[in-house]
Amino acid sequence: MVIGVLALQGDVREHLRALAECDALARPVRRPEELESVDALVIPGGESTTMSKLAVEFGLLEPVRKRIAGGMPAYGSCAGMIMLATNVLDGRPDQRGFDGIEMTVRRNAFGRQVDSFESPVEITGVEGGPFHAVFIRAPWVESVGAEVEVLGRVAGGDAAGRIVAVRQGNLLATSFHPELTGDLRLHRYFVDLARAAS
Amino acid sequence: MSETTEQPTTAPVTGTGRVKRGMAEMLKGGVIMDVVTPEQAKIAEDAGAVAVMALERVPADIRAQGGVSRMSDPDMIEGIIDAVSIPVMAKARIGHFVEAQILQALGVDYVDESEVLTPADYANHIDKWAFTVPFVCGATNLGEALRRITEGAAMIRSKGEAGTGDVSNATTHMRRIRSEIRRLTSMAEDELYVAAKELQAPYELVKEVAESGKLPVVLFTAGGIATPADAAMMMQLGAEGVFVGSGIFKAGNPAQRAAAIVKATTFHDDPEMLAKVSRGLGEAMVGINVDDIPVPHRLAERGW
Repeated sequence: MVIGVLALQGDVREHLRALAECDALARPVRRPEELESVDALVIPGGESTTMSKLAVEFGLLEPVRKRIAGGMPAYGSCAGMIMLATNVLDGRPDQRGFDGIEMTVRRNAFGRQVDSFESPVEITGVEGGPFHAVFIRAPWVESVGAEVEVLGRVAGGDAAGRIVAVRQGNLLATSFHPELTGDLRLHRYFVDLARAAS
Repeated sequence: MSETTEQPTTAPVTGTGRVKRGMAEMLKGGVIMDVVTPEQAKIAEDAGAVAVMALERVPADIRAQGGVSRMSDPDMIEGIIDAVSIPVMAKARIGHFVEAQILQALGVDYVDESEVLTPADYANHIDKWAFTVPFVCGATNLGEALRRITEGAAMIRSKGEAGTGDVSNATTHMRRIRSEIRRLTSMAEDELYVAAKELQAPYELVKEVAESGKLPVVLFTAGGIATPADAAMMMQLGAEGVFVGSGIFKAGNPAQRAAAIVKATTFHDDPEMLAKVSRGLGEAMVGINVDDIPVPHRLAERGW
């Protein structure tokens, strides 16, 4: 099984490294033909408007969308969560995504960079205590569809209770960046999910 | 990135090293564009920029007009913040910690302590640890980069020579930083003490670079990038992303050139794609050879 990391822009290397540390075969995906050779896809953190634009320009938008509709496992962190959402608030009018998880996501919901923060988040289905979550100009999930399982919420502060981790079938998304902390539990969770699906 | 063990509390913590450095990680593989008006900021965002740098005059105009160059008018920065949804950076003078405080209060996402503006302090840079907002700083060599990181910079850009459209200094600085890093990785452990002395940088940081083979923060390039090929070359030389200043809005067709530089940065290692995106861009900025600029007017010499 091979896991691709969408490598149009963002912290691609950190996801590749985290996947490798989970003993998964991981490689970057920038072209439609590279997408064909992977069994699952990680959409990294980065700037969602840039990723959206490049995905359209380089002919990846429709192929990824089709693969995801066809059941390919995918995991998105931060900008990746935005790319996986069916509905985005505070985005650009021409922003396109992969329409994977039935949810409404608000972009830059916590504020600007000075509001970026770290905070523990309990994740349903991930053992070993709360996840030390890093939120960077992060989105949150405003509402989810019936099929979506909420896995985690912000524990404290002004945004307490906001949804920041979700799963719908083979699709996983977090507002925060596990790839930045060295805590591999969410990547392992995704690798297991992808293995089970392949 | 260094790992710290923290006691879990439920209260969110802002301004940590991890969120500052992490912000720069999210910009990787992207292009950050200098803009002087909200309209230009929109063009940059439309073209796929990962962030914009708000400033009053692009470096080419600063160079042409002379005089003291300072932080931009807060109204103008706010106008740009309101115009786009991508991150907005802004420049403070070297050592001018009050300009940085103002930029933080305005809500800019990154402060560039920049040699493009006239330095406010010829001895000290800003103590960047004292801020919640992260800082990017320029460097011409590894020692300079590590000194800035010691002062709290969360991102480094090679300086190049801003406002010239001449990429040669960007090349020199990127090659120098990268080759000095490679040299450290090949050293015996007991040689690193002297290396730290020579680099005028803390031993712990030098050791970290020697072990990891990279800076502990993201390394972008800047200064003189004017074409998609320039951007791609800097990426192939090891830059993790690109700042483009005068190169876009001093060119014939800014929107098209901006979009082409974004694509070239993503596909920096694919010559066929680069050939495709380099077509039909109209005139590049006229530019000026760095050699023709008298030494006292070279911006890269500012900062130490």
